[in-house]
Amino acid sequence: MGVALGVPTALYLLVTRNSKPKGNFVEAASLTQLQVGKPQEVTFERTRIDGWRTFQEKVIAWVVRTDDQNVVAYAPQCTHLGCAYHWEAQQNQFVCPCHESRFSIDGKVLGGPASRPLDRYPVRVENTKLLIGSEIRKA
Amino acid sequence: MFRQVLDWLEDRTGVESAIKHFLYEEIPASSGWHQVFGSIALFAFLLQVVTGILLALNYAPTPPEAYDSLRYIVTQVTAGRFMRALHHWGASLMIVIVVLHMIQTFLWGSYKKPREATWIAGVVLLLLTLAFGLSGYLLPWDNRAYWGTVVTTEISALAPGAGPLLVRLLGSNGTSIGAVTFTRFYVAHVQLLPPLTVLLIAIHVFLVRRYGVAPVPGDELQPKKKFYPQQVAKDTIAIFGWFAVLMGMALLARVPLGHLADPTDLSYIPRPEWYFLFLFQFLKGFEGPLEVVGAVIIPTLAIIALLLVPFIDRGKMKMVRQRTGAIGVVILAAIFWGGLTERAVATTPETREMDMSLVQPWQEISAGNMASIGYFRKAQCGSCHVLGKSGAAPDLTIAPSSRPMDWLEEHIKTNPKAPGVLTDAQVQMLVTFVTKRSDKAVDAWQNAPQAAVDGALVYQANDCASCHKLNGVGDDLGPPLNGIGERRERSWIEGHFADPAKYSPGSIMPAFTFKPAELKLITDYISAIPK
Repeated sequence: MGVALGVPTALYLLVTRNSKPKGNFVEAASLTQLQVGKPQEVTFERTRIDGWRTFQEKVIAWVVRTDDQNVVAYAPQCTHLGCAYHWEAQQNQFVCPCHESRFSIDGKVLGGPASRPLDRYPVRVENTKLLIGSEIRKA
Repeated sequence: MFRQVLDWLEDRTGVESAIKHFLYEEIPASSGWHQVFGSIALFAFLLQVVTGILLALNYAPTPPEAYDSLRYIVTQVTAGRFMRALHHWGASLMIVIVVLHMIQTFLWGSYKKPREATWIAGVVLLLLTLAFGLSGYLLPWDNRAYWGTVVTTEISALAPGAGPLLVRLLGSNGTSIGAVTFTRFYVAHVQLLPPLTVLLIAIHVFLVRRYGVAPVPGDELQPKKKFYPQQVAKDTIAIFGWFAVLMGMALLARVPLGHLADPTDLSYIPRPEWYFLFLFQFLKGFEGPLEVVGAVIIPTLAIIALLLVPFIDRGKMKMVRQRTGAIGVVILAAIFWGGLTERAVATTPETREMDMSLVQPWQEISAGNMASIGYFRKAQCGSCHVLGKSGAAPDLTIAPSSRPMDWLEEHIKTNPKAPGVLTDAQVQMLVTFVTKRSDKAVDAWQNAPQAAVDGALVYQANDCASCHKLNGVGDDLGPPLNGIGERRERSWIEGHFADPAKYSPGSIMPAFTFKPAELKLITDYISAIPK
């Protein structure tokens, strides 16, 4: 009886439908709007599946144009405990206001409790358009 | 007759003798004020159950309606704000009292043989109380709730081995939380934790009854006391005292409601409830691969140590003043908790986030509607059209005017109280307002403060809406102004009017030179519009 009830209960609670957004790329910005070496907040939309709800949600990425044709897009949450970090232009680093983790412009940990670099969104550049995929990849 | 009913009840149920058995329990001679905390904790739990049920009667447990329904409770429902405050502060004061109960038990060494299980049940009750706080934190579904719970789920993800399973159990997808997490926290808060707590309280009280209140050395030489009436009186007075503090806090200390949970609001700086601030600060000390040590391993070891206290300290009972080791542990724990909490508070930046439970309808309507209210007042229309009351002319708040537009325009222009004080454009705006106003606009019409209306008039006169959106109305040439008072300091806003390019390099906004009174009015007005 324990197995007959326990196994379906565990499956019911732990195995959910894939709620991660599909990796579709959406146009998020024009390269002409981005300055090389200056992180900018870029907002784009993606389809989110949240349990019984499927809806369009706004998502933010910290985008850094590294040269004429290359761009990286960081997921906006600290890799320590998920707080939203921000760019401190004077210190030239990303700073998390929760536990003071700090990251360089290329996403590496400079200090604080975070143990891994910033997560990234996949990006594609087509002509002058920046396309961002919605599935976060751990660095 | 009454005695006969009681006798019948006693005969059939034994309730009278059960109550007497409970009340006339023998307790040690040393019992007194230091043993009132358990009774207060029980009362605190019962009060949380009652206020929780009352809140649930007007609460929609799914996002984003949860936020809307809570805002409805605190702004519309009679005594709703008070009920929420009772539940909120009741939770905080319950944690205070449970911890005091535990400190008293620890200092007196009351956990010693044969009361080890009573202590363990008490520790589990403390954990359940904290779990109530953690699960209830998400239920307002505002930014504070959302971001605080993101941190909670991320901490659970760090648990060695079980992290991914815990994250799934909490309904998170690893990067954000949503309706599934909310539902699981709600179910935990109202369906799982309450019966578990009742069960643990029953076990705890049963064990207290089975082994009696712990005596101190010397009690065996004194005659025992009865629980009733002296100790019952002390417990009752203490409960009244605790309740008076709670009432004072519920009436005087505001419980804010932030903005609706917004995963894209990167400006929000999460902080946990005050009793978890020490843990929040503690985590700052564990860098890189050590984060799991601070977030999971040390807290788990601390809980295990707490559970094992009766098996670590197995010496004979002593008087409390002789228990220097225990006193030292409590003092060190208090310094540790207080120091970390103080550092967490000191390093928390001041927030300008608006309390959405205090936002009035006039703060949520367009500047054009507010200006129209200003035109209505300027033309003294209210001297005949008394708002909300029957006067010499129809009460315009009852229904939108059904008069033809040209009739209304002529009526306003030629009104005998103040003819010709409005321009044609202002008359047309007022006509549109009285024929197409919303419920919020009607409320603002009657209640908006004159200074806010005057601020909107300055905004309208300078045509700010031709570039900026405010409450959904205006153009997108400049940035939207909702929440400007939350994003910027007052000096920045005032300076920006005079020299936009200095404050926003590259801005194409022209400079505006206001008289000091106008500058105050427009700055006050736009700063009061929530995000």
